[in-house]
Amino acid sequence: MEPVLELSNVNYAYHTMDGETKALNDISFSVAPGEFVAFVGPSGCGKSTLLSILSGLLKTETGQIRVNGKDLKDSTTNIGYMLQHDHLFEWRTIYHNVLLGLEIQHMLTARTRAKAEELLELYGLKPFADSRPSELSGGMRQRAALIRTLVLEPDILLLDEPFSALDYQTRLSVGDDIGQIIRNAHKTALLVTHDLSEAVSLADRVIILTKRPASVARIVPITFSLEDDTPMHRRDAPEFKTYFNLIWKELNKND
Amino acid sequence: MTDISPEQIRYLNQIKRHVYIVRTARIFILFGFLILWELAADTGIIDSFIFSSPSKIVRCFREMVSDHTIFFHIWTTLYETIISFLLVTAFSILAAVLLWSSVKLSEILDPYLVVLNSLPKSALAPLLIVWLGANSKTIIVAGMSVAIFGSILNLYTEFKTVDPEKIKLIYTLHGTKRHALTKVILPGSVPAIISNMKVNIGLCLVGVIIGEFLAARNGLGYLIIYSSQVFKMDWLLMSILLLCIMAMGLYALISLAEKWYLKRNNSGIR
Repeated sequence: MEPVLELSNVNYAYHTMDGETKALNDISFSVAPGEFVAFVGPSGCGKSTLLSILSGLLKTETGQIRVNGKDLKDSTTNIGYMLQHDHLFEWRTIYHNVLLGLEIQHMLTARTRAKAEELLELYGLKPFADSRPSELSGGMRQRAALIRTLVLEPDILLLDEPFSALDYQTRLSVGDDIGQIIRNAHKTALLVTHDLSEAVSLADRVIILTKRPASVARIVPITFSLEDDTPMHRRDAPEFKTYFNLIWKELNKND
Repeated sequence: MTDISPEQIRYLNQIKRHVYIVRTARIFILFGFLILWELAADTGIIDSFIFSSPSKIVRCFREMVSDHTIFFHIWTTLYETIISFLLVTAFSILAAVLLWSSVKLSEILDPYLVVLNSLPKSALAPLLIVWLGANSKTIIVAGMSVAIFGSILNLYTEFKTVDPEKIKLIYTLHGTKRHALTKVILPGSVPAIISNMKVNIGLCLVGVIIGEFLAARNGLGYLIIYSSQVFKMDWLLMSILLLCIMAMGLYALISLAEKWYLKRNNSGIR
């Protein structure tokens, strides 16, 4: 199958008055359509930089990124980005927060409004459509943020530690919940996380990065022989521990 | 609410008592002061020619009401203050947006704004009279000059402190800088803009009075200066009193707008 995303020898450095800090070093990998890829690595290694580049917020210095066979700049593929915090605006209701992306892209039509309402209904936020973000729990807010991204119908989803601001219990359930949502919608997703169990329970492949400047240390395909392959079931499966330890060792080897 | 525990009743009574004491003390101070003043003037302890007295002030107010001159003076000051306040609000939001949208521009203009802001604005009034003439235009500009530079700096600082991650969100949704302004910066700064307005209305009044001291033939500022020159202390004190009431009223008006905004935005329209 033709990869939806292909990076070859991507480099990136931050420039300040004090000098240059190399963040990415010769990164190459590809992602198949519908695949869920997780990135793990030491904190500050440049994982978020990678997503910022893929979303077009930062420009690469050298190397090539191809999306559906086209150069990233010329690509028309819709890439959605979900940040660590929900950043729902308190001066808007949940419904109007969800419509923010559509407003910005001048896509506010009867069809897209219906789509937004349908997603709110589907993810149990319909009763809160007219509420303010502060009236919702952390998990519900994160779900609203996901709808804000999904309503733009992205082909590729970038998730930058989207659960790390939640408390542990909420994080498990929201992580599983959102993982299922993305899987059922057959979206290609790239998840950056520092939580190894999150990576193993959600991803089809885990890409381990070295410490800064980040390069690909190892790519671990994750397969579970489960009848009902959900993040919850994965956590209970015997393979879970094997993968966890494998990734843990690989990460510590690089120290 | 059928069962209220005795502890709760005691607590509520305590609060009631507190509110009652505060209120009574406030009224007591006002009336006590007025009565003392009146008595001291009547018995000759203070010279009522210089210090006036509450009854004289009331009589003077009645006279000016009956020949309608007082309304004219109040209206002049009020109108000049409101016009300069509206202009300051509009200009400072516009200027702060411009400064926010260009880092270069804001860095270039920063020292000038700081200097203009710390300059005592009353020093500008004579200059304005020469340039613009002794008319209400000068007074409105004098009113603006007191508030505008501080207002621009405050709003610009407020705009800059908006969470950069919120702006990043706009860019991840493929928005532009204009979207960051209209979707994040402006709506997010409404509370700051309102509290800025609260400061500005008072400052504009200060500027208008300074202007009227120097270049007016009507308005409360003119009345104050004129009455001090002809030693009509009743007029002078009455004008100051009216100014107090006007300042309070204008401030209360903006507080009301603020309450309305907060209510509309926090109670969730259903």
